[in-house]
Amino acid sequence: MNAPLKQHLIDPEICIRCYTCEEACPVDAITHNEDNVVVDASKCDFCMSCIAPCPTGSIDNWRVVLEPYSLEEQMEWMELPEQAEIAKPEGSDQDGGDIEALEDSVERLLAEAHAGAGGKAKAPATATKPSINLYNLKKPATATVQGNYRLTSEGADSDVRHIILDLGNQHFPVLEGQSVGIQPPGTDENGNPYLPRLYSISSPRDGERPNTNNLSLTVKREEHGVCSNYVCDLKKGDEVKLTGPFGATFLMPNDPQANIVMICTGTGSAPFRAFTMRRQRTAGEGGAMMRLFFGARTSDALPYFGPLKKVPDTVLEKHLVFSRAEAVEKEYVQDRMLKQKASLAELIRADDTHVYVCGLKAMEEGVEAAFQAIADEAGSDWHAIRDAMRESGRYHVETY
Amino acid sequence: MLDLINVAYDTQIPNNVGLSSDKRVLKALEKWHPGYINWWNDLGPDGFQESLVYLRTAVSVDPKGWAKFDYVKMPEYRWGILLAPQAEGRTIPCGEHVGQPAWQEVPGEYRNMLKRLIVIQGDTEPASVEQQRHLGKTAPSLYDMRNLFQVNVEEGRHLWAMVYLLQKYFGADGREEADDLLRRTSGSEEAPRMLGAFNEATPDWLSFFMFTYFTDRDGKMQLESLAQSGFDPLSRTCRFMLTEEAHHMFVGETGVGRVIQATCEAMKEAGIDDPYDIEKVRALGVIDLPTIQKKLNLHYSLSLDLFGSEVSTNAANAFNAGIKGRYQEAKIDDDHQLHSDTYPVIQLKDGKIVWEDVPALSAINMRLRDDYVRDASGGVKRWNATIEKTGVQFEMKMPHQGFYRHIGVFADANVDPDGAIISKEEWDAKKDEWLPTKADGDFIQSLMKPVWEPGKFASWIAPPRVGIDNKPGDFEYVKLHMA
Repeated sequence: MNAPLKQHLIDPEICIRCYTCEEACPVDAITHNEDNVVVDASKCDFCMSCIAPCPTGSIDNWRVVLEPYSLEEQMEWMELPEQAEIAKPEGSDQDGGDIEALEDSVERLLAEAHAGAGGKAKAPATATKPSINLYNLKKPATATVQGNYRLTSEGADSDVRHIILDLGNQHFPVLEGQSVGIQPPGTDENGNPYLPRLYSISSPRDGERPNTNNLSLTVKREEHGVCSNYVCDLKKGDEVKLTGPFGATFLMPNDPQANIVMICTGTGSAPFRAFTMRRQRTAGEGGAMMRLFFGARTSDALPYFGPLKKVPDTVLEKHLVFSRAEAVEKEYVQDRMLKQKASLAELIRADDTHVYVCGLKAMEEGVEAAFQAIADEAGSDWHAIRDAMRESGRYHVETY
Repeated sequence: MLDLINVAYDTQIPNNVGLSSDKRVLKALEKWHPGYINWWNDLGPDGFQESLVYLRTAVSVDPKGWAKFDYVKMPEYRWGILLAPQAEGRTIPCGEHVGQPAWQEVPGEYRNMLKRLIVIQGDTEPASVEQQRHLGKTAPSLYDMRNLFQVNVEEGRHLWAMVYLLQKYFGADGREEADDLLRRTSGSEEAPRMLGAFNEATPDWLSFFMFTYFTDRDGKMQLESLAQSGFDPLSRTCRFMLTEEAHHMFVGETGVGRVIQATCEAMKEAGIDDPYDIEKVRALGVIDLPTIQKKLNLHYSLSLDLFGSEVSTNAANAFNAGIKGRYQEAKIDDDHQLHSDTYPVIQLKDGKIVWEDVPALSAINMRLRDDYVRDASGGVKRWNATIEKTGVQFEMKMPHQGFYRHIGVFADANVDPDGAIISKEEWDAKKDEWLPTKADGDFIQSLMKPVWEPGKFASWIAPPRVGIDNKPGDFEYVKLHMA
């Protein structure tokens, strides 16, 4: 079987045949007949030079295919074909749906991370279409470190870093919830290059500040962790090779009135920082309430504790809970969820609620049990609710 | 070193032509600038000069940089001078000098011809802004309002582009011509714009969409042929203008398409199958398809007139001189001199329409018009696909090229939309079936009520499939600050 391949296509219903893309393409991959403008899959190298000049947005379409659509086929189209269901690479236990990455190893990592949702992950209906795997190990993007800040206090027992990577002139479109891959330089004891690690992006799609071409990561230094130590030691001006972006399901809904419930521990907060900033930038205080259940050992070990406090309560209802704080009873996210059972029971019944769980694998069980208890008490069937939510792209788990 | 890709902001006029080291031209443009701003304030979009509009501005002329979006007040838009990068070793693509190095300075023998072409092109740019200045007040959505203003500011920039060429390469004459571009006014009695179609008002949004689809497409074809000029600065200017012109084509094609879609959907919902049941369809608050067809007939014929006479010595001279090429000259496989080639031209002989082969050199206008007709038919095909999808039985058609013409071989003939030559009496009796009447105009006018709530659209136009800059449906494309 052929490996799945990403193909760049033009939506013939939206295209106005101005041929601007054809002029912009540096490798002459774009051509046309009288009806349609088409892209040659054997030539297109995803340089993205054609994307910005397109006046219609029709150019920004991608399909994962086993056999690329030929020029002749594309020229006949009256409309763009739907994404076909494609078998996943070997080793993945998913059987289709959204393609999260084109590299088997990354696809497998994400499939594993998303397994906690109990079935095939799906993107929210109103999520923006993600770009995936524009860069790979053979052709990585090069980012420059713009800043590296410690998020946890010096005294805290964990070292979590906020790292800002400047992408310069490279086109690296990301969405909140997506990840990037970093391959540490050097080789392991067998002389093989290290495997790349995935990190969730913690900044919104338009950058740390609006319209900056950068992204941020939230990385915890792991003892003996080759990649996390490499990333946490990066200095301003250092260059880093990035792959990705990856992930096509753990994305936020564009609908500003969608309820969003976010449950996380530690660096699992990364995507939720991005979600919150995105919602604030697009809807201000006019969007639906977002809710965050965020657990850490102590407040000085909770990444973004300070900035989080500053997000208005009208935008984000914050439940920051601590399992080792002095003079307070130990509390985990699931404990707080149970205390909020009335509102959560109502939320999971609403059909515009999106739930996201992100953090260590170990948290899954507690969260699942809390939802189970909340649903039971309300007389509903948690698994049925969860499956329905997941089927409609509203229940997402990413744990590792 | 001169950076010729990125736009420099070190002078009042953003540019990628090294203006800061060209004091003479800089001074001339700075002198022209206040008059331009006055013109924009007096004759640009009426009532929206304080509004914040989500516009794209070019920060460089390479693909990555020429579409940066942000909110801007239109009078503060950075109109600049942007030329496509110089292609190394470019040669004159056609005519008697074919193959020689492209001119970087004005060739003396063609100075007047070149100047006239630039002035005519330049004159159309501000004209359309003037024609459209009242439309903002009846915009059917903020999305459409934004698109109108984007077209307007870019037409303004295209005026700058032509004025730069006049100031830089044509000395005192050029300065005078540049001033005159601001002196003439669309529809004015004493100093009208140079071409007829640019003195007609744009009374409503359907006219605007038809205008951007059919008339701006003439502009596109003219730019395409000027982009093939052997005078390199003109070629480079026009090449960059074409990337902007594409947006105008987009506004026209999708605008008409969305009007058609709203009509068909409303008919289906109301269970109306007969597109000619005009009263019933109009009662739904949409524009009936036969009226849309009439508007198409009108704008298409007026636009064909802009190509001039089918057989033209002027066009032959410009081609032969190498200062104006054919559409996609470089992709045509011939000698690019046309010494012995012929081209079929439509003619009226003894009351019959016939095709005659004439020397290709004299048929340059005809050829460009044929290219235009092909180009324009693409959108009509899409519109018909939209109609077909809804199940309504109707087909939009471009009328015969002899229909309702005022210039060229059909100027004195009466030709129906199917191409039959008819008597004056028959024309008078039938013309209201083919061209919009005053009553049609009044009806369309009655629908022109502003809809300015983000994400909302007037009943007679469907929302777009994709937002500008990938923005969501309810994006506030214009933040209104009414004076």
